[in-house]
Amino acid sequence: MQVRVILFGQLTEILGQELVLDHLEDTDGLKAELISRYPALGAMTFVMALDNRTVTGNTRLSNNSTVALLPPFSGG
Amino acid sequence: MTMNEANTYDRYQRQIILPDFGVGRQQKLMRAKVLVIGAGGLGCPVLQYLAAAGIGTIGIADDDLVSLSNLHRQVLFTVHDIGLNKAERALAVLEQLNPEIQYIAYPKRLTVENAFEIIGDYDMVVDGTDNFSSRYLINDACVLMKKPLVFGAVSRFEGQVTVFNYRDDAHDEPVNYRDLFPSPPRAGEISNCAEAGVLGVVPGILGVMMANEVIKGITGMGTLLNGRLLTYNACNNQVYELALQVNRDARVSMPADKKEFMEMDYDCLCGVGDKGFEIDYKTFSELVRAGDIAVIDVREAGEVPAFDKFDVVNIPLHQLSRELSQIQAGIVVTVCQSGQRSLVAAGELASAFGNSKKIYSLKGGVLQWPLLHKKELS
Repeated sequence: MQVRVILFGQLTEILGQELVLDHLEDTDGLKAELISRYPALGAMTFVMALDNRTVTGNTRLSNNSTVALLPPFSGG
Repeated sequence: MTMNEANTYDRYQRQIILPDFGVGRQQKLMRAKVLVIGAGGLGCPVLQYLAAAGIGTIGIADDDLVSLSNLHRQVLFTVHDIGLNKAERALAVLEQLNPEIQYIAYPKRLTVENAFEIIGDYDMVVDGTDNFSSRYLINDACVLMKKPLVFGAVSRFEGQVTVFNYRDDAHDEPVNYRDLFPSPPRAGEISNCAEAGVLGVVPGILGVMMANEVIKGITGMGTLLNGRLLTYNACNNQVYELALQVNRDARVSMPADKKEFMEMDYDCLCGVGDKGFEIDYKTFSELVRAGDIAVIDVREAGEVPAFDKFDVVNIPLHQLSRELSQIQAGIVVTVCQSGQRSLVAAGELASAFGNSKKIYSLKGGVLQWPLLHKKELS
């Protein structure tokens, strides 16, 4: 099962613009995997969206899901 | 001001003749009262287009003064406005554009004391501020006062826009900023425009989108970004949209009523003034004497004055994340010109090193560095 992860704002400095991950069951597992690969992500504030919808609790992933991680912006 | 006046009809004729617009929707705009908070990169285009479109009353709140580095994106202002208040200068410029509508300038910062009084006079609020403390304050006030909030924020080449707290048939429980980001990032975690930079057109594009949301929200025309966040990337023109959901856990930390709101300390919530990383000169000099310390100057190479009385490694802020292996000492103090960039750097280092190093930022930077103290350290 493949999941595409897209990044926004300063998160791209840690993870790049986009990556593809395999063998993940749910969003909690995905988050843990990303933080183990990119420890700096653990200290960052971001919202996670699964297939264009924000995730508020652990949610199952399906094949070819797209997960987006978005940081808050403060600039005006 | 009535639609009978030929001049008024002529001014708005190009939008009145639109199939889905008409005199009725123009009159809705002319009766509307909109408060724009922040007359900066986002606020300027929002204000220009709302004034041009004929919003009846426009409030402009900003305590900041125009500076030269604002002009590449804050397009209402000229070199003659430098040093003057943004809300008052914006009002003067907009009156030239459309003298048929009412403007009120609030040359002050929105606070827990004045927010209810100011926001209470308006039908809709636009957040174009540049800091998290104001964003959480405005959000919470709008939730408590049931005011729709058009939200925009930018960073470098990207922007976010959405509409919070807008009630319609499909949204009897509208979402707000805390559903999206329940708690603010740590101080220094997210860079503002002054630190990270911003392409001038980015707030321009996002600001015009925000004005469009206001016009749709007031006239009831089209579909709003109600409960949906749109992100735009100016580098590749990519647009990404996501649906927002109510986050019950996040709402627990919101003030429940006006009394609780008035007791909130939004600067403290957002880590302003209590950043944890900042140390003064005295503490700094004690750390330098104690050893096992790396002092990192995060300014660009060649910035003056130099820190020349003790060992300093120069790693410009934008290169810091790639140069972490250079930093071996157990204690790291970041320094820069004014203490702003070094604070951001300290945040980045704390993210990267976690608890394995003690990270500090020299408050006030080299500009606050008394000559006397330089000598003491040598």
